[in-house]
Amino acid sequence: MSLKDLRGRTAIVGVGTAGCGEAHGMGDLEILAQAAKAALDDAGLALKDVDGLCTANLNAAMWPLNVVEYLGIRPKFVEGTNVGGAAFVAHQLPAMLALDAGVCDVVLVCYGSTQRTSPFGRKERGAARILLDPEPFQTPYQPFNPPSSYALIAARHMHQYGTTRRHLAEVAVAARKWAQLNPEAFSREPLDIETVLGARMISDPFTAYDCCLVTDGAAAYVMTRADRARDLKKKPVHILANATAVWHRSVSSMQDLTVTPSKESGERAFAAAGLGPKDIDMLQTYDAFSINTLLALEDLGFCKKGEGGSFVEDGAIAPGGGFPVNTNGGGLSCVHPNMYGAFITIEAVRQLRGECGERQIEGAKTAVVNGNGGNSASSQSTSVLATADVL
Amino acid sequence: MQANSPLGPEAHYQAQLNEGRFLIQRCNDCARHVFYPRVVCPYCGCAELLWVEAEGAGTVYSTTTVRRKAEAGGDYDVSLIDLDEGVRMMSRVEGPAPAEVKIGMRVRARVIDHQGAGLVVFIAEDEK
Repeated sequence: MSLKDLRGRTAIVGVGTAGCGEAHGMGDLEILAQAAKAALDDAGLALKDVDGLCTANLNAAMWPLNVVEYLGIRPKFVEGTNVGGAAFVAHQLPAMLALDAGVCDVVLVCYGSTQRTSPFGRKERGAARILLDPEPFQTPYQPFNPPSSYALIAARHMHQYGTTRRHLAEVAVAARKWAQLNPEAFSREPLDIETVLGARMISDPFTAYDCCLVTDGAAAYVMTRADRARDLKKKPVHILANATAVWHRSVSSMQDLTVTPSKESGERAFAAAGLGPKDIDMLQTYDAFSINTLLALEDLGFCKKGEGGSFVEDGAIAPGGGFPVNTNGGGLSCVHPNMYGAFITIEAVRQLRGECGERQIEGAKTAVVNGNGGNSASSQSTSVLATADVL
Repeated sequence: MQANSPLGPEAHYQAQLNEGRFLIQRCNDCARHVFYPRVVCPYCGCAELLWVEAEGAGTVYSTTTVRRKAEAGGDYDVSLIDLDEGVRMMSRVEGPAPAEVKIGMRVRARVIDHQGAGLVVFIAEDEK
């Protein structure tokens, strides 16, 4: 058996979000449960149908236990691997294997964080993380992470390929233009390139607009086997392939700062899907920082290495441009509750179902979802999703 | 130098830095230099890593200026340095203003005292 044998055999049949932006007075589990309920309703399923669970959280090492207890479920399959924000894309392969093997029938992938409005501050959480999971060869130099690590990556990319701050700003402005078409997006006021370039610097070459939002938000989606998916409420979106690559943890151990593990995960996912970049109608990629979008476009083969900057010029990935990227507004303008991987999956599903209103990509049949995790593009997970007629 | 220090590699590295000595490891099998200190070579899996004195010369591979309010100490540099031995480490370049630290700049290691412990920082090669 190979990855190719799993092509299209599972599908995403329900999606839901909750508490996006600010969820005052709510906790992580509470909005997670709301999103889970919404995703199951969307599929025409109930909590009692759930017999597989994939979930992770930055604050709790044994988070699946919390979720099982809260939802009152008894899953036969539990997957709690945390490779950072890419986790909720990376959960797909183990879920595909479990579903295909008949270990379980309905897998719920879910996440929730109220980091923005939580009374337990980000500062305390950051300090606790350094104590529990130290980086002794980086911490004494006080990188302001994650921004500083991705800033080092961007600086090297600029040095090596002539990428400019204006190219990075194009990514932020494109994301904002999509967000303006998405009622669920958090930041929707107009934004132009000059404003991005002139904003407060965080860690050179990044201004505040090159960095993702800090919001609350929960997201959940439901997976089942393709045969069962046909009988459910909504048009299934099939998973043609999912592949994950993990290369390092810290930016100082990243071999080439201009190449991410997407190079590997993308090659594996495209090979198993039997498709290539030219067959893809949209990219939903994890834009923790503006540089992430350029790296994904290059490493997944939508353009050559080093040409990400020129690829995005003149609004090429914005609404009305040549190639739609991050149509919900991305982590930069829609939502970013610490770990964002489930949201890019959900946006791809909504697009492939034709549910996206003003931002709908007409006739879209295929999407690539590319998750990013860790402080320095440490993990990447790539999925190829498609409507039933692509099978 | 002793391969089998009574301390683990991480503690041994720090203990030596505290004495002002900047050591890195070299694999006794594949002969590649290794940083940060480990018990197993990440290139070939060999468990025999020998301590060698770092030559101290390096090149800035990438750099960022972390912005900080003046009252908290002001902006500072965070850089990735490629040592001539072929290993990379995070550090900072001291001397030039943070914005003047450039990729490709030649730098030299210096062990300083940081909150009572040895820490490797770098100075521009042309500065003494």
